[in-house]
Amino acid sequence: MGRKNYFKLLSLSIAVAVLPFFIRGDYYLSVLVFMGLNGLIVMGLSLLMGYAGQISLGHAAFYGIGAYCTGVLTTHFGFSIYLSFLAGIILSVLVAIIVGIPALRLKGHYLAVATLGIGEIVFIIFNEWMKYTGGPSGLSNIPGVHLGNFQFNSSFRFYYLVWGINLLALFFSLNLIHSRVGRALRSMHGSETAASAMGVNLSFLKIQVFVLSAVYASVAGSLYAHFVSFISPNNFGLMVSVMFLMMGVIGGIHNIWGALLGASLLTFLPEYLRVFNQYDILVYGAILLAILLFMPEGILEGTPVLIRKLFRQRKT
Amino acid sequence: MDLQSQIVQYLVTGLTLGSIYAMVGLGFTIIYNATGIINLAQGEFVMFGGLIMVFLTATLRIPMFLAFFITLALVTVIGIIYERVFINPLKQTSLITLIIVTVAVSIFFRGIAMFIWGKNPYSLPPFSSGKPIMFAGAAILPQIFWVLGLSLLTVILMNLFFNRTITGKAMSACAGNRLAASLMGINVSKMILLSFALSATLGAIAGASITPIALMEYDRGPLLALKGFCAAVLGGLGLGTGAVVAGFIIGIIESFSAGFISSGFKDAIALIILILVLFIKPSGIFGSEEVGKVKQF
Repeated sequence: MGRKNYFKLLSLSIAVAVLPFFIRGDYYLSVLVFMGLNGLIVMGLSLLMGYAGQISLGHAAFYGIGAYCTGVLTTHFGFSIYLSFLAGIILSVLVAIIVGIPALRLKGHYLAVATLGIGEIVFIIFNEWMKYTGGPSGLSNIPGVHLGNFQFNSSFRFYYLVWGINLLALFFSLNLIHSRVGRALRSMHGSETAASAMGVNLSFLKIQVFVLSAVYASVAGSLYAHFVSFISPNNFGLMVSVMFLMMGVIGGIHNIWGALLGASLLTFLPEYLRVFNQYDILVYGAILLAILLFMPEGILEGTPVLIRKLFRQRKT
Repeated sequence: MDLQSQIVQYLVTGLTLGSIYAMVGLGFTIIYNATGIINLAQGEFVMFGGLIMVFLTATLRIPMFLAFFITLALVTVIGIIYERVFINPLKQTSLITLIIVTVAVSIFFRGIAMFIWGKNPYSLPPFSSGKPIMFAGAAILPQIFWVLGLSLLTVILMNLFFNRTITGKAMSACAGNRLAASLMGINVSKMILLSFALSATLGAIAGASITPIALMEYDRGPLLALKGFCAAVLGGLGLGTGAVVAGFIIGIIESFSAGFISSGFKDAIALIILILVLFIKPSGIFGSEEVGKVKQF
């Protein structure tokens, strides 16, 4: 995966490892935990959007499936968290396959709409299946995560768990992009016709990437449920899916690092947008549109381009 | 209520819902044909249609008839601004970015609507007064005739426009092949602008006419867009008439399943139909296999 990426990954790991020692207060630590979770999901989305050229407008569904699966199984059925995590992943994979096969077999952006649909369906099920999900009032008392006897019972400990998983996923994704599959993905992004002429099975590849991104989201969802111990359908609605999409777009979808950057920025942004209280949706929309208009390739790749443009204008 | 009157009642509700989905689906189809974009802000046109109508009649006390046309004009202007500011400058970027732009615009529009009208739903008096008409044991609101009538009229006008006028034919040509159309001297950029304007008008008609029955609030858009899109896909993407018929089908199925199965799950019905269509016949019920292969988005 190239020396440059190893170096970046190493520096990020060190930064992640020492950061909590410079932070005071549980609140900021929990924001960092959410950053890690969102980063994990957006990483998967970035593989899907930037490399497979497909949009998912329902990733909150997989996030929610992960969260509700582990939540319901541990609180109502006394499953161990390992099994419930696994159940969430399996269910997400199944749903991804059911949605992905018909949508990705076709050329074009049918996946965008199919995922929009599945997002709504899952949201409705969370709301309506009162017996287990608790309906609109949510599901509470989800137990914490433990590894053997070690309890991840503080934000500090959970932070390392989440970012550990996040960095593992990052390592895996970077390797994936620079492997045979990754080359196939990139060739597909360049030209679908050329890639398929070279023997790349387009729809199978797309389905694989979609399933992988669903797994990332499901793991993030399960971790989320155990971290906050209370989940309600509103955590997994359409706006949440759109937020994930926007994180990817803002950071830059053609770049995994951009995905992490976007996720970090947009996790922090709402903390500052509180000033606008209920009008945050308006500010969000405006920021997104501005970025899309002026740097359609995202902040990570767009900023240098924009700066260069400005300088060139000044010279002439 | 006995079974027969129940069935009539659900059928009427279904037709009403269906005519809204049909209009939204038709709006989708028009923009899709001209640009290849799925405009996910389509539902926001409907929302604006309803809320602007409320503002004009309740706050400014403009007579219903006049207010209706002002609403159409205003929403059409919104559609035009939308295209000029957000879609036209991004011509060079990929389709995936453009689709994301429509998502961002829909968030932005919702933000504006919330800023102006707040989060509460608004009601509107019906276009004409009168008691519900009893028919076969079912109560039918007079407004339903307005909704159905207006949507049928719109569909007929659209059909005439696309088949009988030179501009309409030019738009159809863009749908067939944009490059060939521009080589024939058709101003494609203008056609794209026109497609957004038309779509916005359709949304406004749907919004203004449905509000007396269903109320309207700032975040109604996404679900309407979703249902309309289901209609567009079910009808065979790119086929206007297909979208209209499919819209009615979805409305009726939804209303019956709300009545006989569960009202909580009614919103899921259209989406399940959508996924089934993608599974079984992706070209839609009216699309031919060949068209299905050529058309993509």
